[in-house]
Amino acid sequence: MMETMAVHGPGIITEEEPFTPGHRACSGCGEALSVRLAAKAIGNNAIIVNATGCMEVVASPFPHTSWRIPWIHTLFENTAAVASGAEAGLRALVKKGKRPEKNVKVVALAGDGGTSDIGLQALSGALERGHDLVYICLDNEAYMNTGIQRSSATPFGASTTTSPAGRESLGQVTWKKNLPAIAVAHDIPYVATACPSYHRDLMKKVAKALEVKGPAYIHVLSVCPVGWRCATEDTIKVGRLAVRTGVFPLYEVENGQYKLSLTLTKLEPVDSYLKLQGRFRHLTEDTIKIIQERVNREYAKLVEMASKSSPSG
Amino acid sequence: MAKAKVKPKAKAEGELSWKEIEIGCFITEPGNATEFRTGAWRSRKPVVDFSKCNKCTLCYYYCPDGCIAKTPEGYFVADLFYCKGCGICAEECPKDAITMVEEEK
Repeated sequence: MMETMAVHGPGIITEEEPFTPGHRACSGCGEALSVRLAAKAIGNNAIIVNATGCMEVVASPFPHTSWRIPWIHTLFENTAAVASGAEAGLRALVKKGKRPEKNVKVVALAGDGGTSDIGLQALSGALERGHDLVYICLDNEAYMNTGIQRSSATPFGASTTTSPAGRESLGQVTWKKNLPAIAVAHDIPYVATACPSYHRDLMKKVAKALEVKGPAYIHVLSVCPVGWRCATEDTIKVGRLAVRTGVFPLYEVENGQYKLSLTLTKLEPVDSYLKLQGRFRHLTEDTIKIIQERVNREYAKLVEMASKSSPSG
Repeated sequence: MAKAKVKPKAKAEGELSWKEIEIGCFITEPGNATEFRTGAWRSRKPVVDFSKCNKCTLCYYYCPDGCIAKTPEGYFVADLFYCKGCGICAEECPKDAITMVEEEK
């Protein structure tokens, strides 16, 4: 193990790449980075259930695969259902003595469309039944794979091909659906938000979610330079600004107890985050002010919930 | 004469005959995408100035392609077979040891 690497993430970092290079993700893809870092934390003893979406398309153009571990492709709507089945099947085989007890993890990967729009009922069912799986939502805030159509995870004001900005329209007119809050409402043991710009935090959260008995949900904000219309080299910077402006706060919810992963004494103005992206280029001062107010309000709510939660929880 | 059964290397979809495909289109070679040269997409390449590098590993972590590997001396350099030239490593390098250089023919 590299000594220098130990400084940057003790215990969970391997040089192995379960998600290999050679995948066809666009240059500077934040989602591929999220998957790569998550795969490092997942290790080799796991089954990946991957919904249709960018990560399915770039990782498995037949006859190639970027995965070194067992991988199943599922449809948009049944990722969580297939993952539940895999988990229940493994449990049954161990119970019947047909498989040695090896504690194989089941990890479901899906995009924001596959999670917040199409796969929501399957996810809700899996969380409610209490399957021992980890569900990772790779949120790039639109259907990027098919050409940047808006999803319910697209933020207010973003211009996409189905919510284009123009003279009469300011882009997406609804606010981003709060998926982590929906997962928390199922009263599951572990919910977290992460961003690959905070790589250690992301890997720690995935490792923690794998250890939790019962369902765990991780929402990962993944910058998409193509869909967000930002420079490829700014991927990490945009992700970091999303966190530092409070647009996408990092927190964990363990058994209903909120805990902020990063204490921000002062939020940076959302302007610095928005101006790096072409999808927000059309926004006027007034609209930015509305977004700023909303972000402040949501962040204050989160801080309040974290302060109410007991520190031991 | 018995033909030695050689496992076919992963081919592009067009070159692959139906006789070589596994039932159910299973892919039996884990991680065989490593054969695919994504470096051909690149228009800029990262060049590392080793005198500035402090081996902080940030470029290694932030590379979406996982193409940055450690040299025996402990420095980190991108494998140009995979590097797509996004420039994240150059942007995020705290010591400005990496610069993006235009590819020449």
